Amino acid sequence: MTAAPVVPTTAGTIAIRSENLSRHYRMGEALIRAVDGVSLEVRSGEFVALLGSSGSGKSSVLNLIAGLDRPTSGSMIVQDRDLAKLSREELAKYRLRVVGMVFQSFNLIASMTLAENVELPLRFAEVDRSQREKLSQDALERVGLRSRVNHRPSELSGGEQQRAALARALINRPKILLADEPTGNLDSHTGTEIMDIVREFNRDLGMTVVMVTHERALAERYAQRLIFLADGKLLDDRCNTPTAVRAEVQGGQS
Amino acid sequence: MKIPDLAELALRNLRESVLRNSLTTVGISVGVASLVAMLSLGTGLQQLFSRRLAKSGLFDTVFVSSRRDQRGMGREEERNGTPPGESRILDEPARREIESLPNIAEAYPDIRFTTELRYEDKSHLTTISALPSSSKSNDAFDGMQGSFFSSDTAAEVILQKSFAEELLGKTPARGSPEPNVAELSKPLLGQELTMRYAQRQAAPTPTPPPRSSEGAGDSAAYSVVSREQKLKIVGIADLDPESMRGPTRAKVFLPLNLAESLHVMQPTDLREVSRAANDQPVYSSISARVKDPSKVQAVEDAIKKMGFSTFSILDASHSLQQVFRVLYAFLGIFGSLALAVASIGIVNTLVMAILERRREIGIMKAIGASDSDVKLLFFAEAGAMGILGGIFGVALGWAIGQIINFGTNIWLKSQSLPPENFWAVPLWLVAFSILFAFVVSLISGLYPAGRAAKLDPVQALRYE
Repeated sequence: MTAAPVVPTTAGTIAIRSENLSRHYRMGEALIRAVDGVSLEVRSGEFVALLGSSGSGKSSVLNLIAGLDRPTSGSMIVQDRDLAKLSREELAKYRLRVVGMVFQSFNLIASMTLAENVELPLRFAEVDRSQREKLSQDALERVGLRSRVNHRPSELSGGEQQRAALARALINRPKILLADEPTGNLDSHTGTEIMDIVREFNRDLGMTVVMVTHERALAERYAQRLIFLADGKLLDDRCNTPTAVRAEVQGGQS
Repeated sequence: MKIPDLAELALRNLRESVLRNSLTTVGISVGVASLVAMLSLGTGLQQLFSRRLAKSGLFDTVFVSSRRDQRGMGREEERNGTPPGESRILDEPARREIESLPNIAEAYPDIRFTTELRYEDKSHLTTISALPSSSKSNDAFDGMQGSFFSSDTAAEVILQKSFAEELLGKTPARGSPEPNVAELSKPLLGQELTMRYAQRQAAPTPTPPPRSSEGAGDSAAYSVVSREQKLKIVGIADLDPESMRGPTRAKVFLPLNLAESLHVMQPTDLREVSRAANDQPVYSSISARVKDPSKVQAVEDAIKKMGFSTFSILDASHSLQQVFRVLYAFLGIFGSLALAVASIGIVNTLVMAILERRREIGIMKAIGASDSDVKLLFFAEAGAMGILGGIFGVALGWAIGQIINFGTNIWLKSQSLPPENFWAVPLWLVAFSILFAFVVSLISGLYPAGRAAKLDPVQALRYE
């Protein structure tokens, strides 16, 4: 293995920037501060892990980056778009074009085959039928699922489903990949396979990756930066040399 | 999303919960079927009436009468036209003038009088009407036994079946089945009747006028003589005396020329004394047969210009159409009721689908579906159910119609009546029903689609 050592990007444009970001909601009488004044920056091409225990607000931050949710206060600027100021229709376009998402529970549509699942975003993007097939074939090939295109999700293993979800996230060539506990439902071996694909997207396609996880080891292994959240507040934000990279580098040297 | 994609996804979703969606679609089908059944019954009945009226020969007939008969009736003609007293008299020259108008096949006077007929020493009072030889082709004489008049001057007579019954001394009990014409005709055909009537005779030599202040030339006179005429029964007509058939609305029929030659006293003779005395007949009305039914209006206008009043079935059919419009609306509302119920089924099905597919909606939104994509998808599902339900419904409605038509014709046959097709599904009704089902479904989809579109993706994704 002679992969060049990856140095965390220090220079480069800002892909994601939040300032004093808050997301509060009411649950009965109680006011829940899911995100409470978080300011952070993610540069283009960076691989960032959001860490924290459940209820720490890490998924809420990810939803705010994804444009699935709107901040109560503060700002969330992604690729020079102020998400708080976008209309519902513009937010949908943003989700379609700028970000790709994968989830812990894969979230494939059960009634559709893999190929149909993968090309669904292309339908929303009104891409021609003839092109759609080619694009979805390419995406499935990239994640190593070429032979399973006509299977339904229920006929596949968890790892295969998550690969399909990655292919779907990739299909519109977004700048940013958002992953919410992508290995949470997988065994460690399969999880590693999935994370390798995510890193590939990051390295080879230059996608900015923001991954939510509660597994610190996984984050340390793949992410260039670790952001720790607790009770909706930013606890720590520090650089990390991915152990996987270190292992590879060491492996290459030995 | 593009329309083909939308349609494809919608149909896929409908297939996913095939039982529920099928049941909903069946609901729509039943609704549409009831609408189609109701409206095609309306259309069929209207067509049946139109057909019957056209066959009766009345659609191409204009009835002409003198305005002198309409004294003080407040009709429009009276207000606009010449006063009745000065308007034209409907006499033989007028008849010839009408007959010479373009598009008129013939114009013949309506002769109708009530008189006494003797048969086997019993006398019967009845209404007699004269028929021109062209009536032979009239469908009113379809079921006739015997034959039509051998000539237009023959001393022959055709009887209406109820009068034939009367002659035979049978009085039908109320509610009893219609008399059988063939049975009635056996004892009567070829028999003779004696008709007694009042003949109007011009005074042959003017009686010495009484010396009065008035000039002798002004006085006119005619005598009324009682006459008898022997008539041979040649036909028994299977006519319903209550049916609206102008000149055929009588119980006994004579050939027209014979009737004219008898100079029977007519009600108009009393008014037009001077003419009657000179043996110039004055007709109470004239029937003008138009060559082409579409020219009826033009002919009517031309005759009105001559100074006469006219009436045609065209006028009557206008009001008939009004009646049918009301019937239509009524049947339509009734038929739509089932569709209204079915549309609630659509709302229910789609609301259920939203609950079931909440997570799916969340996924679609997360990967870039806009509110309008989601809304249109649910709309498309509602619309697809509407179109499918519409198509099946039209087929079902048509089938119901055929079955009812078939059943009714069996019944008609058992009553020895000719079969009738009173059920019609015109193409416009097919198109309208499917479109209506589609629109109703879309309206039903309005609320569920809006609700699906507004779903919060974060909550929807959390939903298991």
